[in-house]
Amino acid sequence: MNRYPIWKYVVLAVTLVFGLLYTLPNFFGEAPAVQISSAKATVRIDDGMRGRVERILAEANIPTTGIFFDGNSVKARFETTDDQFRAQAAIQRALNPDPDDPGWIVAMNLLSNTPQWLLSINALPMYLGLDLRGGVHFLMQVDMASAIDKRLDSVAAEARRLLREKRVRHAGIERTADGFVIRFRDEQTRAEALAALGRDMPDIAFTEAGEGEDLRLEGRFKPEAAKQIQESALSQNITTLSNRVNELGVSEPVIQRQGADRVVVQLPGVQDTAKAKDIIGRTATLEVRMVCERPEELAALAAGNVPFGCERFLDREGRPLLVQKQVILTGENLENALPGFDSQTQEPTVNLNLDSNGARIFREVTRANIGKRMAILLFEKGKGEVVTAPVIRTEIPGGRVQISGQMTTTEAADIALLLRAGSLAAPMEIIEERTIGPSLGAANIEKGFRSTLWGFVAIAVFMIAYYAVFGVISTLALAFNLLLLIALLSVLQATLTLPGIAAIALTLGMAIDANVLINERIREELRAGVSPQAAIALGYEHAWRTIVDSNITTLIAGIALLVFGSGPIRGFAVVHCLGVLTSMFSAVMFSRGVVNLWYGRRKKLTRVSIG
Amino acid sequence: MEFFRIKKDIPFMRYALVWNAISVVTFLLAVFFIVTRGLHFSIEFTGGTVMEVNYRNEAPIESIRGALAEMGFEDAQVQNFGTSHDALIRLPLREGVSTADLAEQVGAKLAGLDDTMTVTRVEFVGPQVGEELATDGALAVLFVIIGIMIYLALRFEWKFAVATVLANTHDVVIILGFFAFFQWEFSLAVLAGVLAVAGYSVNEAVVVFDRVRENFRKMRKASTVEVINNAITRTMSRTIITHASTQMMVLSMFFFGGPSLHNFSLALTIGILCGIYSSIFVAAAIAMWLGLKREDMVRPVRKDDGQPELP
Repeated sequence: MNRYPIWKYVVLAVTLVFGLLYTLPNFFGEAPAVQISSAKATVRIDDGMRGRVERILAEANIPTTGIFFDGNSVKARFETTDDQFRAQAAIQRALNPDPDDPGWIVAMNLLSNTPQWLLSINALPMYLGLDLRGGVHFLMQVDMASAIDKRLDSVAAEARRLLREKRVRHAGIERTADGFVIRFRDEQTRAEALAALGRDMPDIAFTEAGEGEDLRLEGRFKPEAAKQIQESALSQNITTLSNRVNELGVSEPVIQRQGADRVVVQLPGVQDTAKAKDIIGRTATLEVRMVCERPEELAALAAGNVPFGCERFLDREGRPLLVQKQVILTGENLENALPGFDSQTQEPTVNLNLDSNGARIFREVTRANIGKRMAILLFEKGKGEVVTAPVIRTEIPGGRVQISGQMTTTEAADIALLLRAGSLAAPMEIIEERTIGPSLGAANIEKGFRSTLWGFVAIAVFMIAYYAVFGVISTLALAFNLLLLIALLSVLQATLTLPGIAAIALTLGMAIDANVLINERIREELRAGVSPQAAIALGYEHAWRTIVDSNITTLIAGIALLVFGSGPIRGFAVVHCLGVLTSMFSAVMFSRGVVNLWYGRRKKLTRVSIG
Repeated sequence: MEFFRIKKDIPFMRYALVWNAISVVTFLLAVFFIVTRGLHFSIEFTGGTVMEVNYRNEAPIESIRGALAEMGFEDAQVQNFGTSHDALIRLPLREGVSTADLAEQVGAKLAGLDDTMTVTRVEFVGPQVGEELATDGALAVLFVIIGIMIYLALRFEWKFAVATVLANTHDVVIILGFFAFFQWEFSLAVLAGVLAVAGYSVNEAVVVFDRVRENFRKMRKASTVEVINNAITRTMSRTIITHASTQMMVLSMFFFGGPSLHNFSLALTIGILCGIYSSIFVAAAIAMWLGLKREDMVRPVRKDDGQPELP
């Protein structure tokens, strides 16, 4: 009766091998490394770079444990983080002599030492969370209202232009909190306006309001259009963040959308967290507006006042400039910005590519404002700065804009970078942040590991003392449980956090319950006079139901945490739930298998060693 | 080796009134402390900034406080954290201040005072995120209670479900009471621990009730009280051993896990100890008072010819 069919032993053996194989990568550790990849889309990295890096390191006298080229990047491994730092500095200096125009990204990285044969069966070490690896985590909220607001500004301006084009007279266009309002003096003009605008502005829903002398047409974004704007604002911001993060040269960054209006940015292993935060936080929004140049406005500026309808900004040299409040274009309309040279004057320029909408708007603005100045503003953290304010010489069709005048090549490159990588459709705010220094990460791993180890030892000693051979078997089952749990976590690449390690410890502490139940039951049966073989069978049978019940209730708690938890707590929940499953398997099937091997064959079993 | 070779059933249920009286008293005390002193929530729930800084020598708590007061943060909390070289700074939320920059400013100021200072950790939680975490936490607790009730009602019987949930809510409230009384920091990790305890201590009740059900089947002539007494006595050994083992693991975490797991293991310890008490004494007693009968647990078996047969 205490015999397992062969297939059950096969299952156990296979699981054991699986457990061992997939836990193995965790013991190889990680080596500090430097990763070199190309910063320019046009330049590809090749094997020749490997030789170059080798020479650089040899010259700087930095020992390396290996340099590899993996098709996309060159990676160099080192013994210590000291070597890693020095190497990064040396390679950076050698490959990027001009820090403003880097051709190569030289990033610090942690490479796993897992041997190839393990990698080929997809056996990877556990994915460590930020609190174990060190790094930066941001949760950023996109100000959606602001995105809509900015678009409304350009829409209102568009409405004004359209009405002028169609020669429909109106009594003024104003922005309201969630839309814009056009005033009319009579019904007929209003109807004309509605017809004209309705055709050309499909995204706006117009409602007629007011009566008598004060007739109004109120325009708001249609719900689908509003939603679409929000979606594209979010994805544009994500792209911008990705560009920014790429500049940092971080390996394995995580930039993801969370919910309707949030973005998660995670940079594991980043060692200079202040710089990372600075670069991420430094996202900017772009605006194009006309300069306030009317004589009365300039006079007001000279007197130190800001006239109505204008805003005062400083340019990059600190000189003040009056700019109209009305926004003509935003960063949303910018497709690309590259540094270049004017074909005639050889001056450094910045060449902008606008999208089709932006191109159309730009053409009309330039046509209507030849000789006037247009300002390009960059807003960072709510403060605006005039990047450049060129004079409009001709109408510019096609959306290709060249900004020139008083720029050095470096400045042109800078501005292009800021505009390209930094133009957001809507401002973002950091609403949650977690920064963990790398040393703390390593300390946390060590603490978690030690507490699990000593707890395990204590339980093992106690079990063996209390239940003799059955105690040994219970301890083996517990060890198997641990092995399986770690293997599962490694295979699933679930994130391991410090609470996750606590969950491993807790799982072991709770898992022993099943074995205690079984052992106690067997003792009871023996005391009641049942034969040893029967006692074993009965013990397992009776205990099984109770084990299932208690594990399911623990699972319910784990699922609740999984659903409602976030961040490190989710790490706890994942381990907790997996632990319940592995516990059931190992406590019952594995321990029974061992017991059957040990006791099952003996025909005349008179005593079992159960203390 | 055996600690609990008990020959006769211990008459636990005779003292049912006493057990439950003690529970009610401790429960009320806990509620009192929670209401009057309130829980000391971590910034994960309230929002705010936490910085962990490390000095080569002793962390100068007083001068850190002074520096923060100069910056306008009179209400900052500064304390040692783990070792005497580490300090933990908590800055509550400020209206209108972008707290993401705060850490930079504070870090710069402290570094100016003592350049052996390094910032090892920064955590900032904005107000909406804090609120969301608190709401999610509360929902998690609700989910667990309801989920367990449903499961137990299906598996055993509604009287058990009610008894167990009452006993376990009592546990959770006691843990919260301790935290309120001692003003230990209540973080997300502690909440996770509390929920884990909820799941775990239900096990106790399940084990006892399982035994009760078996006894109803085997001890045909016994009364409910005798059945319960026997069940508790028989499972006592298992209960103590299991809890001792789990407690050993938790103690290991308490000593070796560092300050972040400290409160977590405290919550677990209290939960485990309370769990024994409530699930054995309280749950069974409540079930008994709700009028637990043999028929509740052992359904009549139908034979193929449709005649019901009493077990």
